[in-house]
Amino acid sequence: MATPAADPGKSTTPTRRTRVLIAKPGLDGHDRGAKVIARALRDAGMEVIYTGLRQTPEQIAAAALQEDVQVIGLSILSGAHLPICQKLIELLRAKGASDVPVFVGGIIPTQDIPELKKMGVAEVFLPGTTLQQVIEAVRRVAVAR
Amino acid sequence: MSKTELPPPATDARPETRFTTISGRPIERLYGPSSLPGFDPQRDLGEPGKYPFTRGVHETMYRGKVWSMRQFAGFGSAAQTNERFKYLLEHGVHGLSVAFDLPTLMGRDPDHPLSLGEVGKCGVAISSLKDMETLFDGIPLDDVSTSMTINSPAAMLLAFYIAVGEEQGVPQSALSGTVQADILKEYIAQKEYIYPPRPSMRLIVDMIRYSTDHMPKWNSISISGYHIREAGATAAQELAFTLRDGIEYVKWCVDAGMDVDSFAPRLSFFFNSHSDFFEEIAKFRAARRIWARVMRERFGAKNPRSWMCRFHTQTAGVSLTAQQPYNNVVRTTLQALAGVLGGTQSLHTNSLDEALALPSEEAVTIAMRTQQVIAHESGVANTVDPLGGSYFVEKLTNDIEAEALAYFERIDAMGGMVSAVEKGFPQREIQDSAFKFQQAVEAKEKVIVGVNEYAMEEKPVPILYIDETVAREQIARVEALKASRDNAKVAKTLEALKAAARTTDENLMYPILDATRAYATLGEMCDALREVWGEYEEAATF
Repeated sequence: MATPAADPGKSTTPTRRTRVLIAKPGLDGHDRGAKVIARALRDAGMEVIYTGLRQTPEQIAAAALQEDVQVIGLSILSGAHLPICQKLIELLRAKGASDVPVFVGGIIPTQDIPELKKMGVAEVFLPGTTLQQVIEAVRRVAVAR
Repeated sequence: MSKTELPPPATDARPETRFTTISGRPIERLYGPSSLPGFDPQRDLGEPGKYPFTRGVHETMYRGKVWSMRQFAGFGSAAQTNERFKYLLEHGVHGLSVAFDLPTLMGRDPDHPLSLGEVGKCGVAISSLKDMETLFDGIPLDDVSTSMTINSPAAMLLAFYIAVGEEQGVPQSALSGTVQADILKEYIAQKEYIYPPRPSMRLIVDMIRYSTDHMPKWNSISISGYHIREAGATAAQELAFTLRDGIEYVKWCVDAGMDVDSFAPRLSFFFNSHSDFFEEIAKFRAARRIWARVMRERFGAKNPRSWMCRFHTQTAGVSLTAQQPYNNVVRTTLQALAGVLGGTQSLHTNSLDEALALPSEEAVTIAMRTQQVIAHESGVANTVDPLGGSYFVEKLTNDIEAEALAYFERIDAMGGMVSAVEKGFPQREIQDSAFKFQQAVEAKEKVIVGVNEYAMEEKPVPILYIDETVAREQIARVEALKASRDNAKVAKTLEALKAAARTTDENLMYPILDATRAYATLGEMCDALREVWGEYEEAATF
């Protein structure tokens, strides 16, 4: 595990660097978005763990706990977001990690957003979201915790 | 002309803007004869239909036959997609193009844990020959040509198609179409691989040999830059990696003992047509010239058909915006026009709602009409290579060609594309380009209308929505199949497939066809090969 370091651009009090898990669930291999986001968050001074492709909700929940992350970001473009998020959030709850916020980015029909929020997804990022918006959103929830 | 003052010296009106293509290539204010030192039209362009085919693969191009309008379609169950196919055929589409769902693309049955939420979502769910029979019900296979976008399990889907033909009384020699079966670009870009690269290449070579021997009207593989571009590559990277993949397939087939002229005429390509109009046209022209020279000089091909880079084009999905989606019709029109001016053999135009969901029937209709307007109203199809000889277009063609050839040298030095892929080289190049582009967009160096400029409040458009009923029904269909087929026979054919995979010289198409006819599921066949070859996992870098 990396040494805790100050989050650049924040206070001078030593705090733990924000740790984020970027995960690519399901069978889809289109990882352009996941990788661009991972790189932007790393460049913004966060510690980013990228799961790689084709992770089941079980694997993602296990990685989140093992890596002790403050935020989970999922990239889903295939239309599988509802069952995958449902399953992941149930698993996090069962493992006592329901306080880890889950972000989802990708091709998500707007009609599904209320349902995702209801099941506990913290934020949904649609196409056209800027890297800066994602970085700020991650900082906000990481600080709040 | 009356005496007038000389115009002031030209200055660029917008000094704050960088004049670059979407790929970051700097563009001059003006191009002229000095842009093309040593340009020899006879050598560098030739006549249309003649080596090096820069101006087109046919002498008459669209005067002889307009490009094939081929719309990629597939969603939900085989029965639903069968209806969409019939709709498309009734409305003037020339050939079918099948989009499969992710479990099919990844060789998984619908009840596998990783298939959760994916069944029927981004394409049609095909789990066995049974579903393929439904997909082509009432569509005589000797009447249509079918392109199937399938890669890792391409051999199995080809076997399903052959078997449907047999049931309809259509011999495999009469089938026309293609399977994509370009596994290299999966490792490079789209990441829908199953097995490690080397056994995957063997499966492709077996398939090429099989279709060369038995299917004279079938295009064996479709070597694809589309996904490479969508993953973030520049125009030149798309061109370089795609053609270098092509070289790799040819080399593997030749090394396996095939005569280059026996199979090369049936190789075809598939490119992206992105938003930078002239750069795309130049890319298509460069593709033909490079491929012709590679095939004649590097591989010594004698048949002129082996030298031809024939290609399908699809407009750039990645350029479409979820914001103000009707603007996507305009983007697609420009991209389609570039494909046509670039001399494509067939074209898919994306639908306006593709940044939101799979296309609705209304959106697909507009996409199809876009091609028809270009073909019949714009007049651009009246003459061959109308931009040939433009200083600008010829210079861009030369530059993109040079950039691609420089990549060939680097990849050759790594020991070829399979080795380059194993080292992660093209993957990294693309990743870097994707990140640079995103930064340019955020800095507004690149304007995306309706996203980083000219944004506004808007109402949502109606979309096609696929729910989880498809998955439940698909799982039930597979269960019913497993209860009704001769399971002992299935087990025997799967064992035979494994045994053949353990050899190095047995063509796997034959045992795959046997398993297909016994109604083995796609997941079962792919699992049989997973047992022998293992699965590929790439290093998770970013």
